[in-house]
Amino acid sequence: MPEQIDAVVAMAAPTGAAVAMRGITKRFPGVVANDGIDFEAAPGEVHALLGENGAGKSTLSNILTGLYRPDEGEISLYGEAVRFDSPRDALDAGICMVHQHFRLVEPFSVAENVVLGDHRGEGRSFRLRRGAIEQRVDELSARYGLAVDARARIWQLSVGEQQRVEILKALYRDARILILDEPTAVLTPQEAEVLFGTLREMAAEGRTVIFISHKLHEVMSVADRVTVLRGGRSLGTVLAKESTTHTLAALMVGRELDDASSSGDGAARREPGEMVLELEHVWAAGDRADSAVKGISLSVRAGEIVAVAGVAGNGQRELAETISGVRARSEGAVRLCGRPLRGGDPREAIAAGIAYVPEDRLGTGVAPSLSIASNLVLKSYRARPASRGPLLSLGAIRARALELIARYSIAAPGPAAPARLLSGGNLQKVVLAREFSGLPRLLVAASPTRGLDVGAIETVHAYLRNAAAQGVGVLLISEDLDEILLLADRIVVMYEGAILGEFPSGEADVAELGLLMAGGERGHDAD
Amino acid sequence: MRIERRLRQPRWLMLVVPAASFLFALVLAGIVLLATGHDPLSTYRQLFDAAFLQAGALGQTLTQATPLAFTGLAAAIAFRMRLFNVGGEGQLYIGTITAAAAGLLLGGSGGPSALVIGAMVIAGCAGGAAWALIPGLLRAFFKTNEIITSLMLNYVAGTLLTYLVFYSESYWRLTTGTNARVFPTSKPLPGSAIWPGLTIHAQGGILLPLGAGIAVLVALILWLLNSRTRFGFEVLVLGDSVRAGRYAGMRVRRKILAVMALSGAVAGLGGASQVGDFAHAIDGDPNGLQKQYYGYTGIVVAALARYNPLAVVVVAFLIGGLQQAGNTLEGADFPSGLVGVLQGIILFSALGGELLVRYRIRFGRRRAVPARGAVA
Repeated sequence: MPEQIDAVVAMAAPTGAAVAMRGITKRFPGVVANDGIDFEAAPGEVHALLGENGAGKSTLSNILTGLYRPDEGEISLYGEAVRFDSPRDALDAGICMVHQHFRLVEPFSVAENVVLGDHRGEGRSFRLRRGAIEQRVDELSARYGLAVDARARIWQLSVGEQQRVEILKALYRDARILILDEPTAVLTPQEAEVLFGTLREMAAEGRTVIFISHKLHEVMSVADRVTVLRGGRSLGTVLAKESTTHTLAALMVGRELDDASSSGDGAARREPGEMVLELEHVWAAGDRADSAVKGISLSVRAGEIVAVAGVAGNGQRELAETISGVRARSEGAVRLCGRPLRGGDPREAIAAGIAYVPEDRLGTGVAPSLSIASNLVLKSYRARPASRGPLLSLGAIRARALELIARYSIAAPGPAAPARLLSGGNLQKVVLAREFSGLPRLLVAASPTRGLDVGAIETVHAYLRNAAAQGVGVLLISEDLDEILLLADRIVVMYEGAILGEFPSGEADVAELGLLMAGGERGHDAD
Repeated sequence: MRIERRLRQPRWLMLVVPAASFLFALVLAGIVLLATGHDPLSTYRQLFDAAFLQAGALGQTLTQATPLAFTGLAAAIAFRMRLFNVGGEGQLYIGTITAAAAGLLLGGSGGPSALVIGAMVIAGCAGGAAWALIPGLLRAFFKTNEIITSLMLNYVAGTLLTYLVFYSESYWRLTTGTNARVFPTSKPLPGSAIWPGLTIHAQGGILLPLGAGIAVLVALILWLLNSRTRFGFEVLVLGDSVRAGRYAGMRVRRKILAVMALSGAVAGLGGASQVGDFAHAIDGDPNGLQKQYYGYTGIVVAALARYNPLAVVVVAFLIGGLQQAGNTLEGADFPSGLVGVLQGIILFSALGGELLVRYRIRFGRRRAVPARGAVA
């Protein structure tokens, strides 16, 4: 297994690199997040940054966007040394980033978000000329194929649409260097292709696109060059067309991957057990006035993984919320193990044995400023051993946290550290550890691997499989078809709040699923 | 000049910044004093003497600090859940009304009676809680902004207080005696409804009011409630993320109502202490209790104490001392309004100093970043 990329392959960057980072070192208490990283990206290229959880990708991009200052090392843009003391310096230098957790103001419109913080163009004028901004946003979205209504409010948009707003923001500012952190997690394969088109077009205009990802086939198809990070160090840069998925994967993880997760031969067939979850013609309202879940009937048996495929914003989140009681249903019936649920009450659902891994990890899945220990008892604090009567048992809570941190190998400074300090993968481990420790009958997992890297995804997949093997019914809601094909026993496709089709996993193929996810009809060549 | 986020927040900053803010405030106020022809150092010494050192000063300071402790605690509980109950002022007024009613109704002549005092405490809490539940219910069921509703209700409560003594022949108004027919007066509490104090033989006798003791006890209870109970845990979660709380099965509405009621009850208890300890009658004078602004100052006390109940007690004592010194010294040779200015500057720089814990200010020209290159 190659430990270091051959120096010959590591191409010298074309002269006049857009970004050149030299010997970047960044230490956090107890961790060296970046350890002497060299990184170069040229104008006009799509450059992928590949690496596992904690490999240092986020730290490196946070340094490049001025959020962190490096302890050592220097950055130059187009041959000139720069020092960023705040994100504003980086923005002024033409660097924009599309974060995993979007930086959007929910009650504001798309156009308002786009102009927010822009202190050069339209945003500088005292009077907000909405018409002009909206027109410009419309132009940009038409030109780059980023369909989104400039007048819509952010909270009304699906995750995929919100991502487009982030990209529009960068385009509006005419960013020379665009960094995207895990951008395809919320897209269908078809949508991802459109995004890649946009990115290539931006690169063709002379911009530099830095693409942070762990999906190897995407990296291979969109990137010109790939820089691999592992354990805070750079392993070097390779040309995408001269490398293979397999070598990159091994390099990134530092070991050979499980066959089950890389070749995807599907989940081992299990005997379907007793009926765990039954939905009958369930309707539920969305955040906007209209219904988001429209007459869904669905069942999950013990030990079965049922996947709901669909593009973000087609009612999957609302469906998950309805089952887990966070959202009240307007019509229909939900039964768990034969017992009807009133609905609209998360505590009832928790007591009935429904575990829920929400799509929004930081904010719903965990309370960000609270300690890891508190977040691990977020659902069990009402009963022993976490509390006795009205009193908390702080010792028991701490002991429990230490145990779960060890068992789920959560990389954390300690049980008292605030949850928001954790990386995405470790945050998800906190959520999973808590949800599994409630001994659920049903697990509803909404985009459980969104924004995670290969290593963390493997872990999450293993936990889901393990849960099913122990007789838990699993309802997996995902936008990632590879994941669905890998894990699911049955697949249903959701489009605009309704179920368009159902397949046993053996009979589904990506093209047909993708077509249904886009609202096409089964068996027809839609479009 | 530019503001940048700090990479780390060293622990020593937590102590240095408030101390430096305080010094900064003294220097700034000193400039004001110099400009008006006063000696800052001697003025400050006078202030300190009047607040804490001279005969009877501590006892007087406690009369100011006690209501501030209650209203500070009331604000601290609610703000911890990001429930901005700024109605402590009105809840305190209502507390004086209900507690006085209990005292008048049950009290008889003779010495203090535990039963009557207990009834006053309960009545004060109930009155304040009921008043706070109005914005609480509106918030829980109609998502009405509690800042506006609780604030507006302060004026309603103040007007009600005045009405009961000046514009009506209410139960709280003295209606017997010739004087009372002409000059509106509130009915004094009977002897058994007067709260006893503990006299400490120092400084010529410091009277430790019962209310001050109750405030310390309440602070301890609230501190335990915050850190050791399920209730406190839920408040903490909901204060951080309502979505996470709801997802975890917490009853958000109930918690809003409970916290508002608790906050109002503590403010109302302050009202009970006000009549029982100090005023011995309700104060309908629009320029009396209503010009003390205990409720509003309590919000500042809570903010300076970072919503920590134990710290609220300490801060209330210090701010109470400042108020007290101002009241004593205001006169011909002491600049009137100085204490107000000084208080304002201290609060302003203390709260402004918070920013320095998280951010640092940098002076100098912006570092050059390369000009934007050509993008086709």
